[in-house]
Amino acid sequence: MVYGMPRIPPEKQILKALNGDEAVAYAVKQSLVDVVAAYPITPQTIIVEKFSEFVADGEVHTEFVPVESEHSAMSTVVGAAAAGARAFTATAANGLALMWEILYIAASLRLPIVMAVANRALSAPINIHCDHSDAMGMRDSGWVQLFVENSQEAYDTVIQAFRIAEDPDVLLPVAVNLDGFFLSHTLENIRMLPDEAVHEFLGGYRDASKVKVKVDYFEEPVPLMLNPARPLSFGPLDLYDYYFEHKMHQVEAMKRVPEVVRRVHDEYAELSGRRYGDGVLVPYAVEDADIIITVLGSSGGTVRSVVKKMRERGVKVGTVRIRMFRPFPHRELAEILKGAKVVAVMDRAISFGSYGPSFLEINTALYPLREKPLLVNYVYGLGGRDLPPGDVEKMIEELVEIARRGEVEERLRFIGVRA
Amino acid sequence: MASEPKEPRGYRDLPIGAVPYKLSTAYLTGDWRALRPVVDNDKCVKCMLCWIYCPDMAIIWDGEKILVNYDYCKGCGICAHECPVNAIDMVPEPQE
Amino acid sequence: MVEVRWHGRGGQGAWTASNLVAMAAMFDGKHVQSFPAFGPERSGAPIVAFTRISDEPIEIHSMVYEPDIVIVLDPTLLKNVRVVEGLKKGGFVIVNYEGPGEKLYKALGVEKGVYRVYKVPATKLALEILKRPITNTALIGAFIKATGLVSLEGIEKALRERFPGPLAEKNMFLIKKSMELAEEV
Ligand code: SF4
Ligand code: SF4
Repeated sequence: MVYGMPRIPPEKQILKALNGDEAVAYAVKQSLVDVVAAYPITPQTIIVEKFSEFVADGEVHTEFVPVESEHSAMSTVVGAAAAGARAFTATAANGLALMWEILYIAASLRLPIVMAVANRALSAPINIHCDHSDAMGMRDSGWVQLFVENSQEAYDTVIQAFRIAEDPDVLLPVAVNLDGFFLSHTLENIRMLPDEAVHEFLGGYRDASKVKVKVDYFEEPVPLMLNPARPLSFGPLDLYDYYFEHKMHQVEAMKRVPEVVRRVHDEYAELSGRRYGDGVLVPYAVEDADIIITVLGSSGGTVRSVVKKMRERGVKVGTVRIRMFRPFPHRELAEILKGAKVVAVMDRAISFGSYGPSFLEINTALYPLREKPLLVNYVYGLGGRDLPPGDVEKMIEELVEIARRGEVEERLRFIGVRA
Repeated sequence: MASEPKEPRGYRDLPIGAVPYKLSTAYLTGDWRALRPVVDNDKCVKCMLCWIYCPDMAIIWDGEKILVNYDYCKGCGICAHECPVNAIDMVPEPQE
Repeated sequence: MVEVRWHGRGGQGAWTASNLVAMAAMFDGKHVQSFPAFGPERSGAPIVAFTRISDEPIEIHSMVYEPDIVIVLDPTLLKNVRVVEGLKKGGFVIVNYEGPGEKLYKALGVEKGVYRVYKVPATKLALEILKRPITNTALIGAFIKATGLVSLEGIEKALRERFPGPLAEKNMFLIKKSMELAEEV
């Protein structure tokens, strides 16, 4: 595809060397956020540190609430968002686990909170490094989950996340996942949009009055927000009489998310010139591929660079990075994978007693196909174990062999672990 | 004007955000009651403790005397328990 | 793409040096990455940082296994760490070192002719100019002299962005001085 010049050409964008955490902090700074509540935890700490500097220096008007735990951080942004504020928080690993019950509440109350998760392994043993076990623990909570590949994408995606979350068709919280250390602490070139461009893209401050609900006790539809003049209560007791119906609202909202993610991504691309596939999936060299590897997060680039090398050697291999994990793009992915002989699913997390989380999804995606590719699950990188290009190369050689033989014995495999 | 939604309502007729479509006052909890508080306003010293303690805001002060809103009073008996002069009696609900 | 591995001890500024070089290269119009071999940093503990510099956007997000350039901030590391591990043939080794060339080759445990070895009296320079044994910027000077991979203008811009006022000037002076004194052995 050929794209026109972005509305803000690169030279009009601010060039900075930032790590992923700082990139997130700058994006939040430009996004006219009313309330930030957070508790520090490695490798997310720099986000909050940097942002509190902006607050202290008077560069933002944001109400910054230093809380005593992540449970309180999530509770605070729930309250703020219910009152109509644009609210942000950030966490990782055990901090995210401590938010767990409130995550579900944020989603069911339809609060467009944005949260950055600097992905880190869950204890025990204690580990500060990257894997996706934290994010996968919240996959059923009703949040939209996006995974980024580099620090630039972290910046771009946080800005997009506010638009996605606040879209009247969505109105769900969005988690932006960036790999701990591999992105959070890695300095890269970032191009930042001018403040005004971000403000315009977001349509200014959050206007909670845009989404209205009809209730029997007010004549006219009223904004879905806490307001003493038109009081609403959020989430009081529902038993088997109505709880199920209320869950259907979340089911329906999730169905509308992919379309909005794509639209917001496109609009942002026109503004900035930066695209990540179609915003949902980022395929590379998949058209004629016998072998396709799926992957999430920063490993996407590592895998792609090896795929390029293997292509030069004539191996028909391609890769798809899954940018949006919730809602999961089953149909779109099946469309890409259907022609392959072997699909390798890389997971930086494992569901003990089962497989990696994205492997389960891709099984589901492929089931309706009449002719199914062989499927293999590679679990890698737990606790920050590096994924060297050499390991990816070995994996591809293994996949070539599987494709040749036409069968898979062990579907759950591990990369880079010592026996 | 759309027709009134069927009760109980389907999810398409409900507001999002887990917001109730009716006020909680639409639920008349008075029919949960087995014992009903009866106030003897001659004994009552207007201390308003019953008003403070009633968990359902079912005690009403009309400017002269203590009344009970039987639409919402669940009959828990807290008011009778708290009344310092035993001005509230819990009596069985009439059977019909 | 060029990959650099920095060896230092916690507190000597290896990661900062890596960041400065990355920023300078970015100002020169390159794509960059800079990251530490992630771990809780303790003062004095051996640490490693990495820089990638490329004309193309950098896709890879793993550590560096086969660097083109190795930079050693602290000569005492040579005793315990095999700093040339994975270094590409013909790659650069740039060491904070004051002794004679042959001794450096011995300390590195390599034959002459395999790598291009540079030394610079970084500790001495740092003590003289900064009055503190922070050797990282001195090694940047030697790095620029040996490889020419970043411009002086780029590094000056990076220093100004990183350090307030006179500290940037001092470090710039130090870098120029170390460019004079760094030599291939
Ligand atoms: S019985 Fe309970 S609910 Fe009824 S008025 Fe007394 S305190 Fe209130
Ligand atoms: S508690 Fe008893 S005395 Fe006090 S106001 Fe109520 S009924 Fe009257």
